[in-house]
Amino acid sequence: REDLWVREGKILNPEKLFFDEKGSADVQLDCKGSIIAPGFIDVQINGGFGVDFSLATDDFKSGIDLVSQKILSHGVTSFCPTLVTSPPSVYHQVLPQISVRNGGAHGAGILGAHLEGPFISREKKGAHPEHCLRTFEAGAFQDLLNTYGSLDCVRIVTLAPEMKRSSEVIRELTKRGVCVSLGHSVANLSQAEEAVQHGATFITHLFNAMLPFHHRDPGIVGLLTSDKIPAGRRVFYGMISDGIHTNPAALRIAHRAHPKGLVLVTDAIAGMGLAPGRHTLGQQVVEIDGLNTYIAGTKTLSGSVATMDTCVRHFQEATGCSIETALEAASLHPAQLLGIEQNKGTLNYDSDADFLMLNDKLYVQATYIAGQEIWRQDASGM
Amino acid sequence: MKLIILETYSQASEWAAKYIRNRIVQFGPGPGRFFTLGLPTGLPRVHPESYHSFMWNNFFKHIDISPENVHILDGNAPDLQAECDAFEEKIKAAGGIELFVGGIGPDGHIAFNEPGSSLVSRTRVKTLAMDTILANARFFDGDLSKVPTMALTVGVGTVMDAREVMILITGAHKAFALYKAIEEGVNHMWTVSAFQQHPNTVFVCDEDATLELKVKTVKYFKGLMLVHNKLVEPLYSMKETGAERSQSKKPYSD
Repeated sequence: REDLWVREGKILNPEKLFFDEKGSADVQLDCKGSIIAPGFIDVQINGGFGVDFSLATDDFKSGIDLVSQKILSHGVTSFCPTLVTSPPSVYHQVLPQISVRNGGAHGAGILGAHLEGPFISREKKGAHPEHCLRTFEAGAFQDLLNTYGSLDCVRIVTLAPEMKRSSEVIRELTKRGVCVSLGHSVANLSQAEEAVQHGATFITHLFNAMLPFHHRDPGIVGLLTSDKIPAGRRVFYGMISDGIHTNPAALRIAHRAHPKGLVLVTDAIAGMGLAPGRHTLGQQVVEIDGLNTYIAGTKTLSGSVATMDTCVRHFQEATGCSIETALEAASLHPAQLLGIEQNKGTLNYDSDADFLMLNDKLYVQATYIAGQEIWRQDASGM
Repeated sequence: MKLIILETYSQASEWAAKYIRNRIVQFGPGPGRFFTLGLPTGLPRVHPESYHSFMWNNFFKHIDISPENVHILDGNAPDLQAECDAFEEKIKAAGGIELFVGGIGPDGHIAFNEPGSSLVSRTRVKTLAMDTILANARFFDGDLSKVPTMALTVGVGTVMDAREVMILITGAHKAFALYKAIEEGVNHMWTVSAFQQHPNTVFVCDEDATLELKVKTVKYFKGLMLVHNKLVEPLYSMKETGAERSQSKKPYSD
């Protein structure tokens, strides 16, 4: 049991306040024994509440604002709006409308876009539209830049490392501070390891849209226990723990093999937060039935309608891990992946005061950004 | 003196806490003050083993004391002797110490008044004895070279000026020091023995700390527990009226 001290939007060291400044609290809030945790960070979310980040609509900006507002109730205080494989025109229209910004009363903070595709494998496209897939064989990085238009506010790019000239692209992206993630790929382990050596640090939704683990060639999954990772680096991997994308046993295997790399993501789509039915995911139509989200008329999974707090609870139940571990997978690890753990993802002194109050069952009761209460669960359970 | 013997460490702690609580309530604090004493020098304020950290984590953060009422000797002050002198002035200005609470070392020292300290000493810088350094090594991962060798401390004379003194002694390793302190004479090699000459002392200990005492001594004081317990029952509260509070219970004189 401890007190949390906040001043000017940052977590404060009370000892310094007490002894050096002879100060004490101006406002005291009784948290009634709730769990206080760093705010969740979702690095893969395609939309929600009817908003699709891969659709270049006229009111795109208000769409992103709506989602950033609504996900506060799921405990998400920072996120990376994700775009699935789309034609270049979509990127050119949408990306300039996404800006990196701090969270606040208007909603969760935006850390930058996550571009999942179009430089991915045909065989593992999953829900991505085939006609938009591309390669960068001809012009490597320049091709990529032409496709996206600008990398100004791009934080993560998912690509398939077996593609020709991927090493050059990965190196260039890494040099520019963009996090490279491997996914939607048929790479074998050595191709994946090479990609990591060139700078890749993330795996997009482990197990999904990649070759299954094989004992003589573990593929991308083998990165979890690879001995070819450069010293001092850690490979992180996203997991959609909604109970559908991965069997809990597989989730447990990954967690036990490499617990410190696990990053919970929602991969939520526009239909998240709405009634079951038909919604879009970029160029595709998706049917939602309960928690299952398939490309209309198929059994191909496409995103999820899970919320981040559901993922945290499911993860904790399935693995039996401690509450701290479950919470870290949604806060500390994504912050470490993006290299922002000095400011986000922890309750360390001097970091940004983005935190949550949860009850013992890990349901979010209140969300705070920069020390201000932005959302509170009211009695009616809204 | 009053020698209060409880069976276990937690019972001794609880008795002492209740006593202190009753004394505080009786004292009727207004702009009440709080002084804290011994502090090793040379440790940066934020070091987890500094007295500041220790006092913050174990005491201050759990109570609503206002920071201006906390006075800890600053081991990093530029002029240590001036720091000590100022401390003595602050005590005087506050009207003197009402109740001094302390423990003893295995070598019988009170605060950091090591064996050989003058029994009329005041707040000053002391070099620590090897015994004390060994005893504190556990806070520094057992690395003797990391333990500070000097400390600022209130003097024996400073403590003797307090109107009441309470010493907490628990554990078998303190038993010999307790014996020397109360069954032998006043001796500057066991500086706690100075309190034999103080009009108002309470020693609170557990069974283990009495292992070196005469059975006669232990039986005598255990027999007095009925009377001594009247000091902690009833437990006063700040909410009671002034009249009830200021009744000072003195079941017998020392």
